[in-house]
Amino acid sequence: MDNLLLSVQNLKVYFRGDEKVSRAVDGVSFDVRRGETACIVGESGCGKTVSALTILGLIPSPPGEIESGKVLFEGENLLDFTEEDLQKVRGNRIAMVFQEPLTCLNPVFTIGDQIGEAINVHEQVEPAALRERCVQILKDVGIPSPEDRLKDYPHQLSGGQRQRVMIAMALACQPDLIIADEPTTALDVTVQAQILSLFRSLQKTDSMSVLYITHDLGVVANIADRVYVMYAGVIAEQGNTSQIFNSPKHPYTQGLLASLPTRSKRGKTLHSIPGIVPDPAYKPDGCPFNPRCAFATDTCRTRFPEMRDYGEGHLSRCPVLFRQDQKEG
Amino acid sequence: MADMENEIQNVTLRVENLKKHFPVRRGFFQRIGGWVKAVDGVDFEIEQGKTLGLVGESGCGKSTIARVILKLLEPDHGKIFYRGQDISNLSEKDVKPLRKEMQIIFQDPFGSLNPRMTVGQSIEEGLRTLDFSRGDRKERLNELLEMVGISSNNSDRYPHEFSGGQRQRIGVARALSVEPSLIICDEPVSALDVSIQAQIINLLKGLQDRLGLSYLFISHDLNVVGYLSDKVAVMYLGHIMEFASAGDLFENPLHPYTLALLSAIPSTEPGRKMEMKFLPGEVPSPQDPPPGCKFQGRCPIVEAQCREEEIAFYEAGEGHIVRCWKVVGR
Repeated sequence: MDNLLLSVQNLKVYFRGDEKVSRAVDGVSFDVRRGETACIVGESGCGKTVSALTILGLIPSPPGEIESGKVLFEGENLLDFTEEDLQKVRGNRIAMVFQEPLTCLNPVFTIGDQIGEAINVHEQVEPAALRERCVQILKDVGIPSPEDRLKDYPHQLSGGQRQRVMIAMALACQPDLIIADEPTTALDVTVQAQILSLFRSLQKTDSMSVLYITHDLGVVANIADRVYVMYAGVIAEQGNTSQIFNSPKHPYTQGLLASLPTRSKRGKTLHSIPGIVPDPAYKPDGCPFNPRCAFATDTCRTRFPEMRDYGEGHLSRCPVLFRQDQKEG
Repeated sequence: MADMENEIQNVTLRVENLKKHFPVRRGFFQRIGGWVKAVDGVDFEIEQGKTLGLVGESGCGKSTIARVILKLLEPDHGKIFYRGQDISNLSEKDVKPLRKEMQIIFQDPFGSLNPRMTVGQSIEEGLRTLDFSRGDRKERLNELLEMVGISSNNSDRYPHEFSGGQRQRIGVARALSVEPSLIICDEPVSALDVSIQAQIINLLKGLQDRLGLSYLFISHDLNVVGYLSDKVAVMYLGHIMEFASAGDLFENPLHPYTLALLSAIPSTEPGRKMEMKFLPGEVPSPQDPPPGCKFQGRCPIVEAQCREEEIAFYEAGEGHIVRCWKVVGR
């Protein structure tokens, strides 16, 4: 598999407090191939953001500690890198886009300064050429009259435009991988649609890889090639988009999809998953989903389930449904 | 007279040509430099036991409408009728009894619950305005908590001890405590996770069936609105652009803005990758909008006429009205 760009293997990230240990990421493995969009989808507190931050060594330590695992980027383990080496990767090879652009942009510098800085950190560019490159990047992300916008401060832009600027900064050094953490969650739907289509078109032209993190299943269905469903620090199910949405094999994925309200479910009671997401410091024994699961058996309550293989890259961490499917199949 | 009777019976809330404009003050002397027309002439009614969905993007005036109806803000123009009674010009004293009839559930239940009061105290506070004896209050409190699916022995706990979904349930219990007939739900599920969102939606639906509540359901999420609402109003920059039954709106949307909103919802059917009608730009500032249609700046079918004159409502079918002269009759 030479087109493998990023491979996270059995990653465990714990946060140690005075009395308790939060097992935020508890043995997560996922891959991102060249030119594809991989999505990590899950509810708040499931560990999706922590997984992403770990890739770039952005977990504050203490309290965060990487217990085990590897983050292989083109075969090299980023977890072994020194801060100095990581600096060369950040922004240059792997870039990140966050949810709230206003807090990520510096309010006292112009847009032009900030994009220019992102480039200058990694390359020596003449001021005139730098300016030209900034204009070109802003044009690529669809900002009208980019020459004038370079002189603007973040507060002068609308929410959608700020997010475009963030994406422009991420693109500045033509990275191989962009990690986007809920980039459209704070935006209106019509603007979200514009940003999603921007991601898709950028990917087509630059054959970039995207690791997209979201809680919104609708967004996933629209942009993902490969989907990882996360629950309580572990991957519950993974597969390509059509496998996950058309034949989900994990009770959690099934429950999530069934609980989405739509026009066609009108008049019927929505399926809802009982209970709440467990506290990462006090996870139940066995399968973390067992207290909320309708299929849970005694084994589920005691033994942590392994991934079961449905073939063609479709894996699910539910032995009960796997047995059922095997019987029927 | 018969109409009046009928209205008292069947129409919980009616607003007529409601307007709320906020002054923008500038400079040292704080002179009024312009107006933000947050709500600019809105009409609708909510029938007894029914849900009106109000959708629109941020800044379209949805939440301002909620606050004006509840008399938390004074309307600048227009009338609000609660069960046939004009409440738009009531004094603070006369509004007080009405507060029991109309309640609101906010998006962020943590921000709306007092962190220093136990949830029991928070809910009982409302009961105190009704003449309940102390024993009855306790009983009613337990009944309310059970009604929203929280075990009644949790009433001595503080808001921070609950999860987001549970806090929203407490918000619902508190709204219900004074036995209202209209509940304004201002983005009640937007801050919740999908699996919890469904629980709250089911709760709201169940309570409506049981208690005959009317809802004004404000949301930017068309999926949720489509699931819950009987009628839907689509708002843009202080104007209602389209008003129809939920069925008509989703199956036969007419206004170009409604079409764009509907096509921008990411579908959960993979493979159907957004064949969206692209809406360029973003919602412009509501301050001093240009004359003519408010949607003109982003409209794909805009014509000279749209920029000149105020666009009226056109009837496209029974109870289906559209503020666009170009799409009617197609």
